[in-house]
Amino acid sequence: MEDQNKNNEDNKTPESNESGRRDFLKFGVLAAGLTVAGVGLQKVFSGEKNSDEKASGEKVKVLTTDGKLIEVYAADVKKADACCVPSAEARQGIPGKKFVMVIDLSRCKDALKCQKSCEKHHQLPEQDKWLKVFKMQESEETAPYWMPKPCFHCDHPPCVKVCPVDATFKRTDGIVLVDNERCIGCRFCMAACPYSARVFNWSEPVTPARHENDTYSPETSTPRKKGTVEKCDFCPDVIRQGKLPHCVTACPNGVYYFGDQNEDTVTNGDTTVRLSQLLRDKAGYRYLESLGTEPSVYYLPAANRIFPFKDREIKDEKKEESKS
Amino acid sequence: MKDIIKPKDDAEAIQMLHQFNEDLLPKKFGKIGVTWTIFLCLVIANGLFCYYKQLKFGLSVTGLGDQVSWGIYISNFVFFVAVSLVGSLITAVLYLLNVNWRSPLTRIAEVIAVACIVFAGLIIIVDMGRPDRILNMFIYGRIQSPIVWDVIVVMTYMTISVLLLYFPLLPGIAFCRDHLKNIPKWQKWMYKFLSFGWKWNPEQFKIVKRAITILSVLIIPVALSIHTVTSWLFATTFRPGWDSTNFGAYFVAGAFMVGAGAVIAAMYVLIKFYPRYDQYITDKHFDRMGKLLVLLSLVYMYFTVNEYMIPGYKMKGEEAAHLTELFVGKYALMFWSVQIFGMIIPIILLMFKKFRRPFPMFVIAICVIVGAWFKRFLIVIPTLLHPFLPMQEISESAKSYSPTYPEWSITFASLAGALLIITVFIRYFPIISIWEVAEERGIEHDVIYKHLNELNEKE
Repeated sequence: MEDQNKNNEDNKTPESNESGRRDFLKFGVLAAGLTVAGVGLQKVFSGEKNSDEKASGEKVKVLTTDGKLIEVYAADVKKADACCVPSAEARQGIPGKKFVMVIDLSRCKDALKCQKSCEKHHQLPEQDKWLKVFKMQESEETAPYWMPKPCFHCDHPPCVKVCPVDATFKRTDGIVLVDNERCIGCRFCMAACPYSARVFNWSEPVTPARHENDTYSPETSTPRKKGTVEKCDFCPDVIRQGKLPHCVTACPNGVYYFGDQNEDTVTNGDTTVRLSQLLRDKAGYRYLESLGTEPSVYYLPAANRIFPFKDREIKDEKKEESKS
Repeated sequence: MKDIIKPKDDAEAIQMLHQFNEDLLPKKFGKIGVTWTIFLCLVIANGLFCYYKQLKFGLSVTGLGDQVSWGIYISNFVFFVAVSLVGSLITAVLYLLNVNWRSPLTRIAEVIAVACIVFAGLIIIVDMGRPDRILNMFIYGRIQSPIVWDVIVVMTYMTISVLLLYFPLLPGIAFCRDHLKNIPKWQKWMYKFLSFGWKWNPEQFKIVKRAITILSVLIIPVALSIHTVTSWLFATTFRPGWDSTNFGAYFVAGAFMVGAGAVIAAMYVLIKFYPRYDQYITDKHFDRMGKLLVLLSLVYMYFTVNEYMIPGYKMKGEEAAHLTELFVGKYALMFWSVQIFGMIIPIILLMFKKFRRPFPMFVIAICVIVGAWFKRFLIVIPTLLHPFLPMQEISESAKSYSPTYPEWSITFASLAGALLIITVFIRYFPIISIWEVAEERGIEHDVIYKHLNELNEKE
């Protein structure tokens, strides 16, 4: 791991920009310590802007998600709240990208770290879950397994089709977003979505005090708005900073791969692989393919699982008991 | 059964016209009428208060959740649209088919249509999470959304319905203007304004009749599209129970049935509270409306069988859970009550002549209307409780749906609102068209003018 970190830092030097390949994700410092070198990890933003600062060679120490302290160029550090793209730009998407996610069901043990991270970053209360982890069992004879389900960001999104005011839209980079400043709250998209991906702000959402003065952007969906629909957004604000969505970085088991279909590369923060090869080798599929919605989220079957299935229901019941 | 008595000569015709005026011009309400109006106003006031609460606290005051995101507001909307279709049926279809017994019923049907379509529009705004952004529909409206189609057809239908109510009413308003004495100033002014300077000119009649013919032709495709598009709000989704190509026809058939029921109920109430009205709305009319209701119910039954029997025969994966819940599950009691009392029993009873009389028909009509309301509940809600993905990771309360008090209050207020429009209309305008009744009895227009001129001379 130490070696990997070192390699990765090497990879982050300006020279790597010369590798003629098109831009891929810049994972940024959080993911930096976890990435494997040599798979063309570059930046969304051109490195030129920062080259002067880099030349100065100033470095800072940052903590990675798995608790390692690493040293990176100060210029690579982007503050999370610095990102707020205006609505018009948020509708366009990041040029040249087509974001995809691959969820490896064989690695999921229902740790729910993804969900907690999602809730935290999107200021969601406990009952509004953008990301759900379903207990699935096809039939009585087959084994149960956990299935995390974000929004599928379909290429033929039924929700976008029915929206009367273009409040939910499909971007060039494949992401489906909601403009909560335009949404009229008719909830047709909720009825149209076959995957129950959308949730509604039935009452005035609680905005944490420190976020009260944030500017709204469809890319952050915050501050949340009463009477409008929201859903998993693939965290476009952090992607723009070259990082991975929160669920991907939060998962301790590397369930989530995220990446760019145009680059044919996805990473779970730990391993970076060819998308096509991953789907071929592990028999990837999309949920309810027959509906023709063309999801951007693939699943790898729950075969050769690394964790035994442990049911959650007891935990849920306890929770409900303590509530009542 | 009475046949239409036709006048032998002009003198008798004028005598009859006198009688029509006396019988059919709007009258002041008695005690029951006033109590009824106050009752409706109270229901509406309660609904308005609850809507205020909903605006303040959001749709969280309803029983809706992320699973059942559409509830009785939407099913009530479908109900209103359904009832409003009767306007086109009685006024337009029967008019174009030259069915002459329809004349005393046209205005009843048309005012029901207008009242219902107005409240269909209002209740859909109530369902919106952000009614303050309603203008976005016009600023950012996108034609590929069935909601935009619905807005377009609802507004078109509303416009044509209002015109189809108003044009034949013009001579009626003029009757009121010329013959109603001892009325408050504002009422006089209202008749004067609304009659648009009607002068009992043959030219004007010609224009009105021409307009009615054009509107009658226009309203039929619009009426069919309005309810078909409403069905598409559901049928364009993937959800089991809504994903049906039968939905358009099924909705339209159901709409004609409940609309006919509404007209029958209104007919009975009118002859009950206006004793002279039974001279105009006779047993013959009830008999014919009864037969019409049987016909419409049979058509509806045909589509109902298609809608449930074929998926029920296959019991395809996702459909099976939904259908099982309807046939033998949680909603079975409601489902079978609606089918039996709202459709099968009415069909059987109305085949017998002795049930095609005012009172039994009134009871049957009420069954049909109530059944139709719950039928729409069954179309909207159980489907949402059977999504493709399991209902997990949501609160227990979101796994089922029961409307809350504010939700019922607002729904009842909308029903009361539609009834109030009809009630107020009956109070201030002739609900049975005088000139159309005269025409039905073969009284020529020039006789009407003669009569009116005589009256004017007397004054």
